[in-house]
Amino acid sequence: MKTRGIVTGIVSNLVTVKVDGPVAENEICYITAQGVKLMAEVIKVNGENASVQVFESTRGLKGGDAVEFEGRMLEVELGPGLLSSVYDGLQNNLATMENVFLQRGEYTAPLDHQKLWDFTPIAKPGDKVQAADWLGEVKEGWLPHKIMVPFAFKGTYTVKSVKEAGAYNIDTVVAVLTNEEGEDVNVTMTQKWPVKVAVKGYKEKPRPNRIMETGVRVIDTMNPIAEGGTGFIPGPFGCGKTVLQHAIAKQGDADVIVMAACGERANEVVEIFTEFPELIDPHTGRHLMERTTIICNTSNMPVAAREASVYTAMTLCEYYRAMGLKCLLLADSTSRWAQALREMSNRMEELPGADAFPVDLSAIISNFYARAGMVVLNNGQTGAVTFIGTVSPAGGNLKEPVTESTKKAARCFYALEQNRADQKRYPAVGPLDSYSKYLDYPEIRAFLDETVEKGWVDKVLVAKNIIRRGKEASEQINILGDDGVPMSYHINFWKSELVDFVILQQDAFDAIDALCPLERQRFMLDLVLDICGKDYEFEDFEKCRDFFKRLINELRQMNYSAYESEQFWAYNESVKKMIA
Amino acid sequence: MATKAYQRVYTKLEGITKATVSLKAKGVSNDELAVVDGRLAQVVRIKGDTITLQVFSGTEGIPTNAEVVFLGEPPTLKVSEQLSGRFFDAYGHPIDGGPEIDGEERQIGGPSVNPYKRRQPSQLIPTGIAGIDLNNTLVSGQKIPFFADPDQPYNQVMADVALRADVDKIILGGMGLSNDDYLFFRHSFEAAGALDKIICFINTTENPPVERLLVPDMALTAAEYFAVDKNEKVLVLLTDMTLYADALSIVSNRMDQIPSKDSMPGSLYSDLAKIYEKAVQLPTEGSITIIAVTTLNDGDITHAIPDNTGYITEGQLFLRADSDTGKVIIDPFRSLSRLKQLVQGKKTREDHSQVMNASVRLYADAQNAKTKLENGFDLSDYDHRCLDYAKDYARELLAIDVNIGITDMLDTAWKLFAKYFSPAETGIKQALIDKYWVK
Repeated sequence: MKTRGIVTGIVSNLVTVKVDGPVAENEICYITAQGVKLMAEVIKVNGENASVQVFESTRGLKGGDAVEFEGRMLEVELGPGLLSSVYDGLQNNLATMENVFLQRGEYTAPLDHQKLWDFTPIAKPGDKVQAADWLGEVKEGWLPHKIMVPFAFKGTYTVKSVKEAGAYNIDTVVAVLTNEEGEDVNVTMTQKWPVKVAVKGYKEKPRPNRIMETGVRVIDTMNPIAEGGTGFIPGPFGCGKTVLQHAIAKQGDADVIVMAACGERANEVVEIFTEFPELIDPHTGRHLMERTTIICNTSNMPVAAREASVYTAMTLCEYYRAMGLKCLLLADSTSRWAQALREMSNRMEELPGADAFPVDLSAIISNFYARAGMVVLNNGQTGAVTFIGTVSPAGGNLKEPVTESTKKAARCFYALEQNRADQKRYPAVGPLDSYSKYLDYPEIRAFLDETVEKGWVDKVLVAKNIIRRGKEASEQINILGDDGVPMSYHINFWKSELVDFVILQQDAFDAIDALCPLERQRFMLDLVLDICGKDYEFEDFEKCRDFFKRLINELRQMNYSAYESEQFWAYNESVKKMIA
Repeated sequence: MATKAYQRVYTKLEGITKATVSLKAKGVSNDELAVVDGRLAQVVRIKGDTITLQVFSGTEGIPTNAEVVFLGEPPTLKVSEQLSGRFFDAYGHPIDGGPEIDGEERQIGGPSVNPYKRRQPSQLIPTGIAGIDLNNTLVSGQKIPFFADPDQPYNQVMADVALRADVDKIILGGMGLSNDDYLFFRHSFEAAGALDKIICFINTTENPPVERLLVPDMALTAAEYFAVDKNEKVLVLLTDMTLYADALSIVSNRMDQIPSKDSMPGSLYSDLAKIYEKAVQLPTEGSITIIAVTTLNDGDITHAIPDNTGYITEGQLFLRADSDTGKVIIDPFRSLSRLKQLVQGKKTREDHSQVMNASVRLYADAQNAKTKLENGFDLSDYDHRCLDYAKDYARELLAIDVNIGITDMLDTAWKLFAKYFSPAETGIKQALIDKYWVK
C-alpha cells in the first residue's frame, strides 16, 4: 500500500507533508493541487512530517491537499531514442509538449514507444550474464546502441532466449533471463535507473590514459583534458564561458555528448538546437545533433528540477559509457545547481556554511565529479565519461565556496580572466593560472609522445615558460619604461605575445580557425617555438615591436587559412623569410 | 478587488512586521491575494494554520484586529487592446484618469515558454547609437541591462533607444522611479507622438517599496498578451532593477531568511531570472525584448545584484563619462551583447565583426598608451597615433549622441583606421582589407 499524506506547510517550493506511513529520503511523491498532480521529492523527514521539494510552481497549493508517495526515487528511462532529444531536468520530452508555455503537471514520455528499432542479438542462450552485460544492439543514428542486462539486476543470470534479428519497439521483450533461483525474467529495450545513484556494472576504473581532443589550442596544447577526465571552467560573466563550452561540444572527440543547461539562459539552448542539426561532426561527418542530448533546465524553470538536471545528465552518460562509448558531459553551470541547493537549505532553515551554502556542498560536488571516468567493462572493452563543468563565481571572485570545492574535485582548471576578455583575447583562458594535472600523468605523457610527437609535453612547458618570462618582462617594462629596460626584456615580452596571439587566441567564429586538429596544433607550436628559440637583435624597441607585430600578423593569417593550403604555405614561407 | 459577501472575514492578526502580517486561517492557497485592513497582500508562507501575508503597501498603522479577507486568486491583470497608451500603478489600476480596462483577466507571473518552442533571435534592433549597433548589436528577443551609476543619463538613453527601435509596443515598468523621471518618460513618449504604442506600469519613490515587486510581472503579462496573442514585437523597459532587488531583500529579511551575499536573499538569481527569461522570440513573429537598468554603487559590478544580473542577461551596456571628449560613451570594454554574432555580418555588412574587434583592440592600445603617459614614460609614434585615434573613435562612434546607420558606422571606422594606421596594424583579414581599406 502506498504511503499517503496531506500538505501542512508551504514556503515557496518547499512543502511540508504529514504522512501516514513509511517514507524514504529522496522518495518521489505527487501532490494533487487544483486537479493537477505535481511531482516532488522528499529531502528531509522529521517524525511524521516530511519536507518535500516540489519540481513545479506551488501557486494555488493549499494546506490539506492530498499527497501520494511512489515508493521509488527520481528515475530516468533509458533506452534507444535518447540521442538528439531535448529533455527538461526530469527527463520530460520538451519536443512533444504542445503548448508554447510549459504547463504545470504536464509530464511527457522520454522515449518513443512506437518507433521500431533494428535489433541484432549479441548474447546466446546459455550465456552467463550480469548487470550491464550486452544482450543485443540496435542502431541509434550511427551508434551501436547496446541492449543491456538492466543495471538493477543483482547476481548472475543465464540467458534463456534472445529475440532473433528484426524490428521491434522498445517495449518488446528481447531476451528472457533465468536467475539463480531458476525464475525467468523478461528484458525489454528499456530500463529505469535512479539518477542520484551511480551506475556501476563495470570491472574497474583505471586512470585515464589518453587525451580527448577538442580542437581548441589552449586546451589541447596547453592543458589537455583526458578521456574520462574532469575539468571545470570558472569565470566572471562575459568572459566567453558559453562560447568555449559550445566549441567543446561541437568539436569534442566523443561518441555521445550530453549538455546540461542547468539554470542558464534559454536562448543558449535554442542556439544549440538551432545550430547543431546543421553542423557536421568533424570526426564522423554526421550531423552533430545525432550524437547530442540536451538536458535543459533554464534559469526560469523550477529550482528543484535544476538540481535534478545534472544528475539526469550524468546518468544518461553512464548508460552510454556502459555500451563502450566515449561520452562527454558538459554542465553549464554547476554554480546554479549549488544555488538550488542553497535555496532549499535556506528554506529548511538549516545552519548555513560559507556564503549561506549548505555545509556539505563540497562533498556533494566531489561525489558528482567522481561519477565521471574511464571504465573497463566486464567484456574488457572501455568506455568513458569526460565531464567539464562551468562555474559562475559570484563577482568573478574565485575564492568562493563553489569554485573552491570544485577545484578539489576536478583535475583540469581553465580559469577565464576578465582582463583577457576585456582585451578580446579569446578564449580568455589564463595561461598561467590554468592547469591540467593530466600533464603529470606518465601514461598521458606516453600517449602524447606517441600520437603527437616525442617530447611533446616538454615543448608545452617551454611555451608556458615563454609566457611566464613575458609577463615578468612586461611588468618590468611597465615599472621602468620602454627605455629603462634592456632590449632582451622587449624581446621576451614580444615572444610571449607571439605565443599568446598565435597559440592561445583562437577565433571561435571563424570557419577555419574555430577547429584546430591536434596535428595542426603540433605544426603551429613547433613553428612558434622555432621562432622563439632564435636570438634576435634590434636597434631599438620600436623596431622590435614592429618586427614581431608583422610576424604575428602573418602567423594569424596562417591560422585563418586552410591547413596545408597554398595560402597556408605562402604565409609559412614569408614567416621563414622573416626569421632567416 | 471588492470583497464578496460569503467570504469569511478574519479579525485576529497574530504577528506584524514592517512588511508582513500573520494570522490563523484555513483553506488558504499559496500565492493567493488577500486584503488586510483595505491593503492588498499576498500569501508567502503557510505553516499549519498560520498564514504569513506580505502586505505590499507596508503595515504601518495596521492593528491586530484588522479585517483580513482572502480573495482566492493570485494577482491578475486584465489584458486587451485597451491597454495601449495607458498608465497604471503597480496593481494595474489606471493612474492617468482614464477608465478601467475591460478584458480577459490573467494571472501575472505565469509559466515560462517551453525552451523548445522558442526560436533563435535573429532580427536586428537598430538604435542609431554606434556604441550599441556597432559594438554591441541588439537583437529582438534579447534581454540586456544598462549598468550605470546613478548620476548617468540611463533613462534618457533608454528612452532614445525605445523610440528609435522598430517595435509595435513599448512597455515601461518603472520601479522606484522618481516623479521627475516618470514625467520625463511621459513627456518623451508624448513628444515623439508614440503614446498609442506605450503602456506604463509605474511605482514611484512616493509609493511603498514592496509594491515594486508586482511591476515587472504586470509589465511582462501585458507584454506576453501582445507578443503571444497579437504576434507583436514588444520592447519592455525595466528601470531600476536594483530597487526591485532591494524590495526583495526587505521581504526576505522580514521573513527571517538567512541572507546570502550583500544581504540579498539566496534566491536572488532565480527571482531575477524569472523576469529576464520572459524575453523571447516566439515561433510566430511575436517577440519580447527586455532592456533594463541596474544602477551600480560606484561602478561596482561585483555586488550581488549586477553580478547575478550579468549571469542572466545576454550582455550588458556600460555607460561611462569619457574624459578625453567630455561625452558619455558606451564603454567598449565592459559592454557586451551576447547575441550580436547572430546578426553581425548576417543582417549587416560582412566586415562588421572584424571592424568591431579591430577598433576596440586599437582603443585598448590607446588606453595602454595613456597609462604610459600618466606614468611619465615617453610615447612611441604608434602610441601617439593610438591616442589620436581614441579621441576620434570616442567622439564619432562611442558617444551616446551619435545617430547614424550601421553601414555609416563601418565606413567611419575604416576612415579612422586609414587615417591613423597601416593595414597590418589593424590585424584585419587580408580579404577585407583589400575590399574596404580607404586609400
